[in-house]
Amino acid sequence: MTDLTKLTIAQARDAMRKGDTSSAEITQACLTAIEGANALGAFVHHTPDIAATQAAAADARIKAGDAPDMCGIPIGIKDLFCTKGVPSQAASRILQGFKPAYESTVTTQLFDAGAVMLGKLNMDEFAMGSSNETSVYGNAVNPWKAGDTQLTPGGSSGGSAAAVAADLCLAATGTDTGGSIRQPAAFTGITGLKPTYGRVSRWGIVAFASSLDQAGPMTKDVRDAAIMLQAMCGHDPKDSTSADLPVPDFEAALTGDIKGKVIGIPREYRMDGMPEEIEKLWADGTAMLKDAGAVIRDISLPHTKYALPAYYVIAPAEASSNLARYDGVRFGHRAKLAQGDGITEMYEKTRAEGFGAEVQRRVMVGTYVLSAGFYDAYYNRARKVRTLIKRDFDQVFDAGVEAILTPTTPSAAFGLGEMADADPIKMYLNDVFTVTVNLAGLPGIAVPTGIDALGLPLGLQLIGRPWDEAGLLNTAYALEQAAGFVAKPQKWW
Amino acid sequence: MSIDTETARRVAKLARIKVEEDALPALASEFSAILGFIEQLNEVDVDGVEPMTSVTPQRLKRRDDVVTDGNQQKAILANAPDAREGFFAVPKVVE
Repeated sequence: MTDLTKLTIAQARDAMRKGDTSSAEITQACLTAIEGANALGAFVHHTPDIAATQAAAADARIKAGDAPDMCGIPIGIKDLFCTKGVPSQAASRILQGFKPAYESTVTTQLFDAGAVMLGKLNMDEFAMGSSNETSVYGNAVNPWKAGDTQLTPGGSSGGSAAAVAADLCLAATGTDTGGSIRQPAAFTGITGLKPTYGRVSRWGIVAFASSLDQAGPMTKDVRDAAIMLQAMCGHDPKDSTSADLPVPDFEAALTGDIKGKVIGIPREYRMDGMPEEIEKLWADGTAMLKDAGAVIRDISLPHTKYALPAYYVIAPAEASSNLARYDGVRFGHRAKLAQGDGITEMYEKTRAEGFGAEVQRRVMVGTYVLSAGFYDAYYNRARKVRTLIKRDFDQVFDAGVEAILTPTTPSAAFGLGEMADADPIKMYLNDVFTVTVNLAGLPGIAVPTGIDALGLPLGLQLIGRPWDEAGLLNTAYALEQAAGFVAKPQKWW
Repeated sequence: MSIDTETARRVAKLARIKVEEDALPALASEFSAILGFIEQLNEVDVDGVEPMTSVTPQRLKRRDDVVTDGNQQKAILANAPDAREGFFAVPKVVE
């Protein structure tokens, strides 16, 4: 077989079981591809020795006929996941040198299922960003190009998106607090799923905003998302917010039959100044679902407009609390101290040196909205608005809507550096269509369905009912079949 | 709401992040822009609305109140920037 790196998880699984190839061969092909792809800045820590050991073990398991679906599949792991003995620093200087003594639940489950780790993937620092430009490792670069301009792969899971789109690995883990799986998936023409809050354990994943964070798969197609989610999710006693609910067979749910399914089109997502291409993409996607037999219904989610401002209170507030642990005492970086410096100077200098500008900004905004006198005006008000945002969704689901179709992002990938001088809010607007889903704890999936005038990928988002990843994946599968998106970036790296 | 330099200094102090004096005005103006954006929330009628505490309506799981872990001093100290004699070491905190 040639081009082993281009295989989907499902194709690789079937080929390995038939004996047409082996995990060792696919893994080696990926490692070679990674070596030649430094220009993408996707892999920031390489683990070829672990990969070789895991691949050999996987091949033995496959030979013995006892192989789960992820067995032997080489994947990349976002740097936000703690991986035992392997640097895990959330793309931050403050975790320089940190090697966890433990393994996150998600990576434990993936490795137990036989997956092979190729290395750790670039991201925005502490998952705060929409362009992968806040990373201590430098930018991740989109394998897609518009002319000579280097583009962002999106963020925060930018390295994951770039690696999957460039066929450096068969799939990757991502995390999504406000859109960090779905936006980069849309910018790179891949599939990205954020599960229902509580579906996937957060244990061992560096925390950003604990009430919003959720890990999920970033894959080459919808079937792979189903397969990989299966291995990642399930109840974990170590995460008290992890749901003790049965996990259905997600791949078996992919029938492509969505006849009679009610799909909502929310009018509030039609933003002023939305590019015509995005409008058309959305209308085309709606038509595809209708042709597949779905019932299209116009719906209203009246508090949509307030999702971003509510998010930019709640997420920084939680971040300021979560990131208080980076104090230069127990792990990571500690600043060099001057004669006479006490413990307060140690904290202040360590955090000033260790955190980048965006992380500092959000920690301080969070500190402000939680401070005495402002807690009610900002934090409590934002939490009340969050209740209303969730209620909007509850009402349309109660009225019979089974999934909601929206654009994933307001534009295609933009140039690296393009937003450098923009005010931070302009960057935040990238998440305008995705952030509601985190606030309401819902599952959402980004599926590539078209290309823009410059030849760049564009994606649509489907939002599902809580815990209905199976139904959501099936709708996404039908959309994927209808859209027939097969474009790949031209190799330039 | 406009944030002044003094407020920016106070927030930086609360967050335990050292911000140089000459960087405070720019920080204050960034805060002002972000808070201005957040202030849209004042348009929403939230009378009688409960603030969200948990996005999924389920009770947090409890476990038996027993020791499940421990005796891992070496592993815990392994990542410390300064560990001595089995402890985390920090600059002197009492004179």
